[in-house]
Amino acid sequence: MQRRDFIRRSIAAGAVLPLATGSATLFAAPAAPARVLVVFLRGGYDAASLLVPTSSSFYYEQRPNIAVARPGSAADAALPLDTDWGLNPALRDSVLPLFEKNEAAFIPFAGTDDTSRSHFETQDSIELGQAPQGRRDFQSGFMNRLAGVLGAQRSGGSAAAIAFTDQLPLVFRGSLQVPNLALGSLGQPGIDARQSEIITAMYRGSRFAGAVSEGFQVRTDATQALAGEMVEANRNAITAKGFEGEARRIGRLMRERYRLGFIDVGGWDTHVGQGNGTGYLANRLGELGKGLAAFAEESGDAWRSTVVIVVSEFGRTFKENGNRGTDHGHGSVYWALGGAVRGGRVAGKQVAVAPTTLFQNRDYPVLNEYRAVLGGVFARLYGLSPAQVQTVFPGSTPTDLALV
Amino acid sequence: MHDPFLFSPLTGVAAPRRCLLRATAALAVAPVLSLVSGCAAPGVTRRSDISPTAPAATLASGDIALVNRVAWGASATTAADFARRGRRDWLASQLHPAPAPLPVEVQALIDATSIATTPFATLVADMETTRRDSDAKAKEAIDTTAKQAAQQTYQQALTKVAREASSRSLLRALYSPNQLQEQLTWFWFNHFNVHQYKANLRVMVGDYEDQALRPRALGRFRDLLIASATHPAMIRYLDNEQNAAGRINENFAREVMELHTLGVDGGYSQKDVQELARVLTGVGINVTDKTPNLKPEQRTLYVRQGFTEFNPGRHDMGEKLVLGRSIPGRGWNEVLDELGRLAAHPATARYVSGKLAAYFVADAPPPALVDRMSRAFVASDGDIAVTLAAMFDAPEFAASLGAKFKDPMHYVVSAVRLAYDERPIQNTAPMLGWLARLGELPYNRQTPDGYPLGESAWASPGQMATRFEIARAIGTGSAGLFRRVGASADAPAFPRLASAFYFQSIEPTLSASTRAALDRATSAQEWNVFLLSSPEFMLR
Repeated sequence: MQRRDFIRRSIAAGAVLPLATGSATLFAAPAAPARVLVVFLRGGYDAASLLVPTSSSFYYEQRPNIAVARPGSAADAALPLDTDWGLNPALRDSVLPLFEKNEAAFIPFAGTDDTSRSHFETQDSIELGQAPQGRRDFQSGFMNRLAGVLGAQRSGGSAAAIAFTDQLPLVFRGSLQVPNLALGSLGQPGIDARQSEIITAMYRGSRFAGAVSEGFQVRTDATQALAGEMVEANRNAITAKGFEGEARRIGRLMRERYRLGFIDVGGWDTHVGQGNGTGYLANRLGELGKGLAAFAEESGDAWRSTVVIVVSEFGRTFKENGNRGTDHGHGSVYWALGGAVRGGRVAGKQVAVAPTTLFQNRDYPVLNEYRAVLGGVFARLYGLSPAQVQTVFPGSTPTDLALV
Repeated sequence: MHDPFLFSPLTGVAAPRRCLLRATAALAVAPVLSLVSGCAAPGVTRRSDISPTAPAATLASGDIALVNRVAWGASATTAADFARRGRRDWLASQLHPAPAPLPVEVQALIDATSIATTPFATLVADMETTRRDSDAKAKEAIDTTAKQAAQQTYQQALTKVAREASSRSLLRALYSPNQLQEQLTWFWFNHFNVHQYKANLRVMVGDYEDQALRPRALGRFRDLLIASATHPAMIRYLDNEQNAAGRINENFAREVMELHTLGVDGGYSQKDVQELARVLTGVGINVTDKTPNLKPEQRTLYVRQGFTEFNPGRHDMGEKLVLGRSIPGRGWNEVLDELGRLAAHPATARYVSGKLAAYFVADAPPPALVDRMSRAFVASDGDIAVTLAAMFDAPEFAASLGAKFKDPMHYVVSAVRLAYDERPIQNTAPMLGWLARLGELPYNRQTPDGYPLGESAWASPGQMATRFEIARAIGTGSAGLFRRVGASADAPAFPRLASAFYFQSIEPTLSASTRAALDRATSAQEWNVFLLSSPEFMLR
């Protein structure tokens, strides 16, 4: 049943893609249905500690205690990516190998035009992805609109899209029914197959019948897709915990069943003692990197048609604060990972990191507005028409950074 | 002696006893139970599952549906109260609640919390001290771990206070005889929403709910609006602290018009928002015992109410033009008068009536009903009880009973009310956990629009699957609800769902397919799970 669904979706996607891809972007369209996982770093991570502007003496002046050292100058120094940029050493064994295989790109000076510097305000505006002017519709997130455009519906009426979160996030709210499944707390389902069948029977003919059967289906899918985990866990004698464990599960589930996924990761609001090449933030980045590498591994062949986009609501102040941390800023660095990514580079519009280029004299500017960047990625990846891109990001003009 | 529990004043028939007898008789012949219809429980239901101490009142199905809607779900106790008073008196008692004590053991749980033993002012002052200590320790700390530990002390103290408040709120929803007041307290908090994780709001949400909203939940809308707008929780949440003459912050003014009073289609302009923001300048918070330095002519205009401060030095004393009306700069009374005018605006009557109807009647309420409620609102000078009475009396209300999808709060509270009616729970932590999983934790909506009220937000596949897991947690045992705070073990308690109340009041409302599912249960636990998972139990 699930396999048949999966095949049907593959056929549908395969049949639709070439037709819809009438432009020069055709060469980039992968054969398998493309998968997109959006990873939201909630809290505004310090992008300058991830992608380090190693050629900027200004950076080292402004951050006497929390700068990541120039490549080669220390044991925990930045890993050189090009002449201007280095990577936090916590990602040496996870994301650097992907970058070296041209499967990872970083987009500095990325973010939104929202300058509220409020976590909630800016997270919301990113997830909704609506035109900056006008009233916000809190029931319409951009990934729901993307799912609608892709017509990625199952026979039951829901999209092959899923949020790996406790609650359905704003980004997936909207007219399509998108399930959510929290993998961190996913155990053996308390409701067994017989009970599920009895409960489903109670709802037959009611307006909730679709949601009930879909809800059980998602759980069953997850349990089946993750069945191998127990065996491997026993063999390895180590259970992957935290984000890495969740990321593995997400990799398997997306490989098997989903085209659009979303997960959020918290703990980035580093006002105090964030560290540099080591310390709190490096540990968080290390965990994130390990999880993303594990996701890549579990994706198997599907990795070739996968794009992982890592975003955050804003960057942080360029200058370190009095507590060896950073405060809410503006421009961030977004990541694109995946076999479908044309990586191994730092992409998008850039400026030299200098006193004159800071936004409001304190933050990275936003030169690569995220709706334009993601609109460009989706247009190429799925061969979307301009009208379809407008549905996903109304009022936005896509920028083609040739990321896929 | 007249016993209203056994001899219903509505029917004059001792139906409960008959039902109990039939159920008990059925138990004696368990193997042939499936042949017994009506009050029959499945063969697995034990005599001990049927409460011998609380014979239920018999209510007509329409009355049960009414109780289910007006209360946080029907329970034997609330149904008995309804049966004793009759429909008219019961509704009147809900619309005009008299002080009503909680069960002693529930009150004891609340009395033991810091929010009950410490006045709000002291609580906030203590929290400021904790913050300063934490900051100082963080500054002295050499390594990162120690710094974070110091910061955590303050954060944990804040979280503890907010948890106490949400626990108190749940206990009142479960056990207060004034069920409508409790539902409206939730409704108004959601209408005038603030988010607990902004700044130090966790220390304020309990007072905001308990002192600003609950006492006015059935009073005049104007009083409610002013109480909300002048509470430090709201002032801080919507940044009015930053709103000063010459440095306007529109955030609060916009939400007052858009979300609290007129509604987005209420006919105001961006210019009106800016002008209202000017009116609201100077309304802020002061947690110190100091008074700001003011010019002599401003001193008489200075107002301090608790932590709420009106600072004339920050107020725009110029003339404003809001919704076509000229407002001379006068200070604090100018603020109160303008809020009063917004409360009395016809668009507000319509918007607030529509939202009440969306909560109590249907996601898209019938326009004729909203019209009638708006007229009652206007005629009564914004009296919420009068507006609700018009709604309860409307044929559209009666026609809607049993058809509205429960949001997570309604689902969780109604399930625990039904399962443990006569035996107050000791610990709300499992309920908070369920509400967190379902995404409707008290005080936790980040955005000022409050949680959505419609079915579409809460009937997603993941939500339904999670509800069934929660039904299982509640149906199969005590689920931690009876673990006393500080104790490691849960007190054993089995939910009494297959009660006399069930047989008289709920079973007759179940569809054939739900009954068929219940008949397939292989244990009393499973029977509970199916009942709490049934389509009927998702509705109110």
